[in-house]
Amino acid sequence: MTEIAEPMQAAAPMSTSRHTGEAAMKRLRQRYAAERRFKIYGILAITFACAMLAILMFTLLKGGVSAFWQTEMRLEILIDPATIDPQGTGTPAGWDRGAFQTLVNDALYRDFPEVSGRLEKRDLRGLVSPVAGVFLGKVLDKNPALVGQTVELWLPTSDGINQIVKGGIDRDLPEAQRPINDQQLAWFSQLEQRGDVRTTFNSTFFTSSDSNYPELAGLLGAAVGTLLTMLVTVAISLPIGVAAAVYLEEFAPKNKLTDLIEVNINNLAAVPSIVFGLLGLAVFLNFFGMPRSAPLVGGLVLGLLVLPTIIIASRAALKAVPPSIREAALGMGASRLQAITHHVLPLAMPGIMTGTIIGMAHAVGETAPLLMIGMNAFVTQPPTGLLDSSSVLPVQIFIWADKPERGFVELTSAAILVLLAFLITMNGAAIWLRKKFERRW
Amino acid sequence: MMDTTTMTMPTETTATQPVKMSAKTVKVFYGEKRALHGVNVDIYQNEVLAMIGPSGCGKSTFLRTLNRMNDTIDICRVEGQILLDGEDIYDPRLDVVQLRARVGMVFQKPNPFPKSIYENVIYGPKLHGLATRKDEFDAIVEQSLKRAGLWNEVKDRLHEPGTGLSGGQQQRLCIARAVAVSPEVILMDEPCSALDPIATAHIEELIDELRESFTIAIVTHNMQQAARVSQRTAFFHLGDLVEVGPTEEIFTNPRDERTQGYITGRYG
Repeated sequence: MTEIAEPMQAAAPMSTSRHTGEAAMKRLRQRYAAERRFKIYGILAITFACAMLAILMFTLLKGGVSAFWQTEMRLEILIDPATIDPQGTGTPAGWDRGAFQTLVNDALYRDFPEVSGRLEKRDLRGLVSPVAGVFLGKVLDKNPALVGQTVELWLPTSDGINQIVKGGIDRDLPEAQRPINDQQLAWFSQLEQRGDVRTTFNSTFFTSSDSNYPELAGLLGAAVGTLLTMLVTVAISLPIGVAAAVYLEEFAPKNKLTDLIEVNINNLAAVPSIVFGLLGLAVFLNFFGMPRSAPLVGGLVLGLLVLPTIIIASRAALKAVPPSIREAALGMGASRLQAITHHVLPLAMPGIMTGTIIGMAHAVGETAPLLMIGMNAFVTQPPTGLLDSSSVLPVQIFIWADKPERGFVELTSAAILVLLAFLITMNGAAIWLRKKFERRW
Repeated sequence: MMDTTTMTMPTETTATQPVKMSAKTVKVFYGEKRALHGVNVDIYQNEVLAMIGPSGCGKSTFLRTLNRMNDTIDICRVEGQILLDGEDIYDPRLDVVQLRARVGMVFQKPNPFPKSIYENVIYGPKLHGLATRKDEFDAIVEQSLKRAGLWNEVKDRLHEPGTGLSGGQQQRLCIARAVAVSPEVILMDEPCSALDPIATAHIEELIDELRESFTIAIVTHNMQQAARVSQRTAFFHLGDLVEVGPTEEIFTNPRDERTQGYITGRYG
């Protein structure tokens, strides 16, 4: 059967020893077979896990990568002061921002002079994004001197056109099954032939916040919200967690009370996260009257959520520091606290860091408790402080996953990719920190 | 038990020396269990007192009462008196930090801090504020390492990790670390049990040299070692101090038959 077993088998008949006889050889073969089987189970388990991960990544990449690209069309826009500045103030403050879209539509009508009827014009307007005026507004904000001139601009197309170009929707589908009708498709083909269509990197995705229009929706608000929330979380949970771990591990007497506390901490680590959300709702919002949807409250709730994780990891790290180091320090005349701060904590730091970052990574991906405190609000501006309304990445994914527009489907996948990148970065940082602070000798 | 300290005559090496530490009916309890049943012993200045006895006889427990290392064990309770220069070290007004600066300790397993050799040595002086300037620290490091017989081996790599040294060197580093705070007494808890014979010989020589400046109490499992390094020897058995006297007398002419049995190898 194996290279090892066979020569022994050949020798077996000669010997009658308990350890070389036929029965012994059989036992040996069984042992080797068992070891081989166990190895195969392990390889199968790893393969299964890798395959699942590969499928997940493939699905996300397939659905999400296209969100990083945006179809744009070239329009020559006459920025008519009479339209955008009806009062004639001459300053950006007097602009009628609703009129920017009118300028875009007018440019479209000029491009297709043959289109006349009301319905036809509506169809024609369907080529360009209904929020293209916002992009025009951004250009004008940067350069107000353009008012009164004709500018050539690349503006995002409507979601339907965007999907057709990027292949999310098949052009050959029957008309009734696609968001773009035959007439619009014909006009769009004209634009394509004139070279007035291009696909560029979708920077909006990283520079704007939530929107009802997929071409205007981005992750900036959610990313800033996540960052602020995590700041609060780490500021709450790290000092409290480490202090609790140091007390429990180094100072607390071993008695019924500390046993009870230990059991409770371990239980707390297993409490469903939504319960922490309810706690946040009841305590922070209703009792303390803190604002809804605020990163401060989100951070507090997540801080409580990861506290047990940090305490458990820190205690394990402290326990792993050899007692001889404590004795050495105490023997030199260090007080208990000095022994801990000079020697034990620095040695436990890599473990504490790892535990904390894993806890943070857990918190970054947490959605349910944040829904309870209203962080699923529709927020179109990045938060500027801890009390501003805000969303976070996983909640943003949750919101987008619920939207019917085709554009949000790919945005959802793209947002998941960004969240995963966030997590990989954090875990990478954990490994790097551990290597850096690990006892180098 | 008899008062063992008056039972024996001090040898010539200790005859003129005053008593440095003195234990008077010291009893130690771990919870309900009594580990020491009333130990009376004097340790004279500049002498090496060796403590021998079978495992679990209480010799390490006794050693640890001498600088209150037992305080860290919650269930441990000490009765009786231990005097250092006539002052009771278990007096609640006495500061344990100060005590441990005066009574240093070297442990069974070499336990240098995972820091550089230099930092290991200056840890104590820094902690007790014995020096503030860089040149003072440098002087302490050189002097302590020379005293521990380690200077020539490590002077070119003072900033390398102390844990990178060999076992014997690590133990000498621990001795240098203990010496650096200029204690009056040094306690050694089986300092050579984790070392090879050559490193052991090195440490034994060192103990003999250190005796000139310090008072040393050493616990050892090795009777030859006790015979080589100590002036007086105390034999512990089952929590009792059976006999204490000049080392030569204990090994050649023990009074108690338990001592006789132990040193002749009938039990151990």
